[in-house]
Amino acid sequence: MSAAPQSKVAASLAAQSRWKAWELALAALAVVSWWLLGEHALLANEVAILALFAVSLDLILGYAGIVSLGHAAFFGFGAYTAALFAKHVMPDPLVGMAVAVLAAALLGAVCSVLILRGSDLTRLMVTLGVALVFFELANKLDWLTGGTDGLQGVVMGPLLGRFEFDLYGRTAYAYSLVVLLVAMFIARRVVHSPFGVSLKALRDNRLRAMSIGLSVNARLAAVYTFAAALAGAAGALLAQTSGFASLDVFDFHRSADVLLVLVIGGTGYLYGGIFGAIAFKLLHDLISNWTTQYWGFWLGLFLVVLALVGRERLMKPWTWFRRSAT
Amino acid sequence: MTVVLETRSLVKRFGGITATSDVSLRVERGARHALIGPNGAGKTTLINLLTGVLEPSSGSIALDGVDITRIAPHQRVRRGVVRTFQINQLFNALTPLQSLALTVSARLGISAKWWQPLGRDARVVQACETLLRQFRLDDVMDQKVALLAYGKRRLLEIATAIASQPRVLLLDEPVAGVPEGERQEIFDTINALPDEVSVLLIEHDMDLVFNFARSVTVLVNGAVFAEGDVQSISTDPRVKAVYLGEGHG
Repeated sequence: MSAAPQSKVAASLAAQSRWKAWELALAALAVVSWWLLGEHALLANEVAILALFAVSLDLILGYAGIVSLGHAAFFGFGAYTAALFAKHVMPDPLVGMAVAVLAAALLGAVCSVLILRGSDLTRLMVTLGVALVFFELANKLDWLTGGTDGLQGVVMGPLLGRFEFDLYGRTAYAYSLVVLLVAMFIARRVVHSPFGVSLKALRDNRLRAMSIGLSVNARLAAVYTFAAALAGAAGALLAQTSGFASLDVFDFHRSADVLLVLVIGGTGYLYGGIFGAIAFKLLHDLISNWTTQYWGFWLGLFLVVLALVGRERLMKPWTWFRRSAT
Repeated sequence: MTVVLETRSLVKRFGGITATSDVSLRVERGARHALIGPNGAGKTTLINLLTGVLEPSSGSIALDGVDITRIAPHQRVRRGVVRTFQINQLFNALTPLQSLALTVSARLGISAKWWQPLGRDARVVQACETLLRQFRLDDVMDQKVALLAYGKRRLLEIATAIASQPRVLLLDEPVAGVPEGERQEIFDTINALPDEVSVLLIEHDMDLVFNFARSVTVLVNGAVFAEGDVQSISTDPRVKAVYLGEGHG
């Protein structure tokens, strides 16, 4: 006895995963930016890499509620894998990317065992610890990684056997942009699937998630693995587009920065990492040009204001001097 | 009658306190069984043992004759042992529709699909339509659960359990905090469950218990104090002394 061709329920469920106009506009803008940002391609490339890294953190933080201070472990692992693969096995970037993503995913699957139990504080410490371990490993194994000097002599092959990585970062930016877009497409599919919705459910209420028959640990492990793979892709992009990997990719500041990026851009809606990365890099660029040494001071001040005022209000200056509207 | 859920000499100790003491309980297919007892009698502990949230200190639990004592909570749900909570346990960041769609997907075994959108399956849509209508949640189906009024949240709590299509439904004070006038409505939906579903009800309101249940177990200090049909329990002077005497009237 269904009178309407599609019920309200079906329509509402279908609407949730439908592409919104602003999403399509953003994707189009990203593509167009390659032509618009010609001379800033190097910076834009860094933004795209940071954005991908932040989106990967958002999957575990914003969706599954796993706090991490060591997400650089996967970023760095992807970076070193890609660089080592190019140096010793094969210079093709796409094959290297695939290998790095798989390696990071594998590491994520192994490490996911460590984050299943415990409080947020436990997870902060465990993730921080894992990243520190990898930093020191890369430092100690200097016969393999070059230690503090970094991995020298990585020569990347041309992309698709045709496009050489140029000094201005044009090829690099195109490459990073495509990887980011593909990753976003996959991540978007995932977060709107039953699996993706179940992540928010188990973040909200573990007890209830179990009570509807969901295996909480299996899901946490799966999303951790997926996020690690994306972080590895971001790391691989950095190594491949710069032709270099150094200890810096495992550094604590990377894990902290990517968390800041998400705090700025917002968590749990997938695009926070992108907006955050743009804002973060632009702020960095702007402040560094103006006062090179004190970038940290202004970033710190911005974060304090952001946290106290709130993102929504900060973006709407006209509400600043109004009494609370409710 | 066939016994669906059975506990044998179930014991749960917290440190020196025995919360569940040698409880042997049989729930038959299609039972409308009530679990009553004064506060602190160990009713919720027993539900937590049955659902696997707590592990018993000794004793065993069997579903259809199969031992499920050591089985994880989510696997018991998949076998049909489903509960509601005395205090609402909901997904605050989701909407009622998303919560139910996810629960139905879990029941259908498609909740781990990561490539197709939630609700792509027509069975999910259909089940959600029925549940939303039945629990009068259709007008708020797209609101965040965190923003719902208490009454609606309570309905969603029950609806979520029903969405799992339980074979054994454990109701922990389903009408707690629900205004008097709306209580019967919730019980009507529970009464409308198929006959083969077994219901174990924890409830304080004796009128509701005696209206709904056919058999009753009285727990006192974690142990079974009395058992029988509604008629014999409601007239048992010992039960009146420990329970009805203090709470009623």
